[in-house]
Amino acid sequence: MFTFPIVADCISPDVFQNKTPNEISELIVWEGNKQRKLSDLFKIKVTEDPESQSSVAIEIIGDVSEVRRIGSRLQTGEITIKGNAGMHLGEEMMQGKITVYGNAGAWTGSMMKGGTIEIHGNAGDYLAAPYRGSTKGMHGGKIIVYGNAGNEVGARMKKGTINIHGNSGQFLGIRMHDGTIHVKGDCDERAGACMLNGKIVVDGTIQSVLPTFTIDSIKPKVKIEENDTAQGPYYLFLGDLAECGNGKLYVSKKKNPHLSYREEFL
Amino acid sequence: MKNGYVYDPLNGINGQIMDIAAKDGKIVDRVDEHKARIVDASGMTVMPGGVDIHTHIAGGEVNSGRLLRPEDHFKDYESRTLLTRSGVGRSIPSTFTTGYRYCRMGYTTVMNPSMSPLEAKHTHEELNDTPMVDKASYPLLGDWWFVLEYLAQDNIEECARHIAWLMDSTKGYAIKIVNPGGLEAWGFGHNVKNLDDQVPHFCITPREIVRGLCKVNSLLRLPHTIHLHTNNLGKPDNYLTALETMKCVENLAAENKPAIHVTHCQFSAFKGDDWRTMQSGAEEIAKYINNHTHVTTDMGQIIFTDTTTMTADGPFQYDLYGLTGNKWVNHDVETETSAGIVPFRYRRKSYVHAVQWSIGLELALLIKDPWKIFMTTDHPNAGPFTSYPKIIAWLLSRKAREASLKRINARARSRSLLPSIDRELSLYEIAIVTRAGQAKALGLKNKGHLGLGADADIAIYNFNPEKTDLSRKYRTARRAFKRAAYTIKSGEIVSQNGEIIKSVNGTTMWADVELSHPAEVTEDFKKRFREYWTVEFENYPVSAEGLKASLPIRVEAKV
Repeated sequence: MFTFPIVADCISPDVFQNKTPNEISELIVWEGNKQRKLSDLFKIKVTEDPESQSSVAIEIIGDVSEVRRIGSRLQTGEITIKGNAGMHLGEEMMQGKITVYGNAGAWTGSMMKGGTIEIHGNAGDYLAAPYRGSTKGMHGGKIIVYGNAGNEVGARMKKGTINIHGNSGQFLGIRMHDGTIHVKGDCDERAGACMLNGKIVVDGTIQSVLPTFTIDSIKPKVKIEENDTAQGPYYLFLGDLAECGNGKLYVSKKKNPHLSYREEFL
Repeated sequence: MKNGYVYDPLNGINGQIMDIAAKDGKIVDRVDEHKARIVDASGMTVMPGGVDIHTHIAGGEVNSGRLLRPEDHFKDYESRTLLTRSGVGRSIPSTFTTGYRYCRMGYTTVMNPSMSPLEAKHTHEELNDTPMVDKASYPLLGDWWFVLEYLAQDNIEECARHIAWLMDSTKGYAIKIVNPGGLEAWGFGHNVKNLDDQVPHFCITPREIVRGLCKVNSLLRLPHTIHLHTNNLGKPDNYLTALETMKCVENLAAENKPAIHVTHCQFSAFKGDDWRTMQSGAEEIAKYINNHTHVTTDMGQIIFTDTTTMTADGPFQYDLYGLTGNKWVNHDVETETSAGIVPFRYRRKSYVHAVQWSIGLELALLIKDPWKIFMTTDHPNAGPFTSYPKIIAWLLSRKAREASLKRINARARSRSLLPSIDRELSLYEIAIVTRAGQAKALGLKNKGHLGLGADADIAIYNFNPEKTDLSRKYRTARRAFKRAAYTIKSGEIVSQNGEIIKSVNGTTMWADVELSHPAEVTEDFKKRFREYWTVEFENYPVSAEGLKASLPIRVEAKV
């Protein structure tokens, strides 16, 4: 357990590649407002796999919930974390894979461009969302969260897929431009707020649908991505009309009997 | 400073190799070289320190812009050093960073062109924290209730006295007018469309406001002319409004001297019926300015980048919000003016943006007299001031313009006048449009030149004007103007090769108007204050003590 926030964007296969174990130990990280060497905070073990032709794979064992920006700008290789991961995991990543056997902090996969992130526990707020004030949402890639996710998942998303097996918080897909978000569990208020395009699918219970979404039809199923179709029936809502949006919000008919009054407007 | 190639247009010096001596902050005839600090400027270009007539760097609106855009700070930050404070922001740098970045480019005087009088204290606090440069601020007066009432009664003298009081209360330098009448109309959700529209609730038109304030300016003998952002800014066919505005004060000009400064002229030089048919109106504007002596302008040159628009033109900024869907702050409506802030990205491939880019340069190249058109970007509206070296390269190299032309929207390129313009500004002319001309238009007698008695503000750029063909090697010019070899402020070397080596405050200049009959603050005035203002009358004025280094510029009014 670290007491102070650690910023460690050097923990990435691209950075480790072609470096000697010594060089890796000497990489700089921030612990609070002090600079430290990576080896001051981590025990580093390098296993050379002579068979492997592929790029570097990093395995982190331990609770790194205070360690931020791991896998930042990832281009090659893999990172596996056996523990909880800190904020900004895989920020702006382009390719490769990050797997977390634990929870992940806020801004996981922020501004992602490609690659895959798998969180076996829960994800924090702002999953794939851009930095505060920025409009650069997720541009590609895939995120799977087996647990729950927080608020503002997929904010300003432009492309890519987010799968949440558990529940999601408020403002799911806020200001989405495109892309797909699939929540298998329940969803809190204001899903799809200000969305312009894209697809949100909620299999569980949603508290309410914004009044600026209009009911379009009932769909038996919806395609999430290649080889992945979600089974309905779903209410299909179009919105956000307050932004002249053409987004699609699919909400489970069975799990949301409190929305049945909207059928009047079909 | 020894052996530099000096460009000092206000004193007619055009690339002569000479020494410049400074003592106690002023240019002097000579100094004892045994005791002096010698700067060897052999093979380098020496100019007076840069002067920027219009740059939004302080005040409520600028600060709201900073708050609005954390993403502008994220990737552009400067850490603290032993001598300098930390700061952030690419499009709208924080105060200290603003001062350092201007200084690194060899600039020594900057003018903040928009200050809501109610927020004058805030503005000056920010200017106090903008080091390295001398500065001043222009209060927004074109939509101020008292001004509108006096002018509607044609009471020019009372208006002048009132404005003298206001200049002192805000420690302002010049009369700023933005979309005259429009800002007051915006308080009611309206705008004005032409110079003869009635301003809601006040029996006055924009034409009367501009003419009235022009007369007031003459009576007060303020160092600068009225500084105007035209009505209909940013709308197709607004070049007609710009022309009419310049015409409307033609007969108020005295002895071939300027009577009006039309700022960021590019935004007011659009022709066409709508965005699809929009074209450049630069030719018509340039023709008018070439044939008249009462107008000065500045470019407002577009840079293709992500920047932030912020002006007192509330209705215009609202339209920009509508066009872009970007986050929008509608600001200051409850004060004497209005304002709006909207982030904006200018794209090469956008027809309209590319035409706008061309307009700014066309204005600079078609207006023959460089003393009439100055280089600005209306920072941060058309681009950050750190882009100035790029604009200098475009001005002095046709090749630089061609390189950029290749990359812009094809339809805009086919309509641009730039391919047919061969003119390349000389270094002498560059010195005019970036310092001498600006200082002259501002009436700053000790700035923008290196004559005896001038403030010892000097910029030394590392390129040899005799050996460098700037027309071909424009990148050399760009690099040199980006990081001055030396920036000298009040006779001290403050920056060397782009590194701040000494931190100085700079002064805040303001117009100290001496009236023959001082303005009387009547009980009626104080009563209105109590009724309509959120501060007590006693707390409203900025005292000279509120300025870190106050430099009053004394003028004797005719009233």
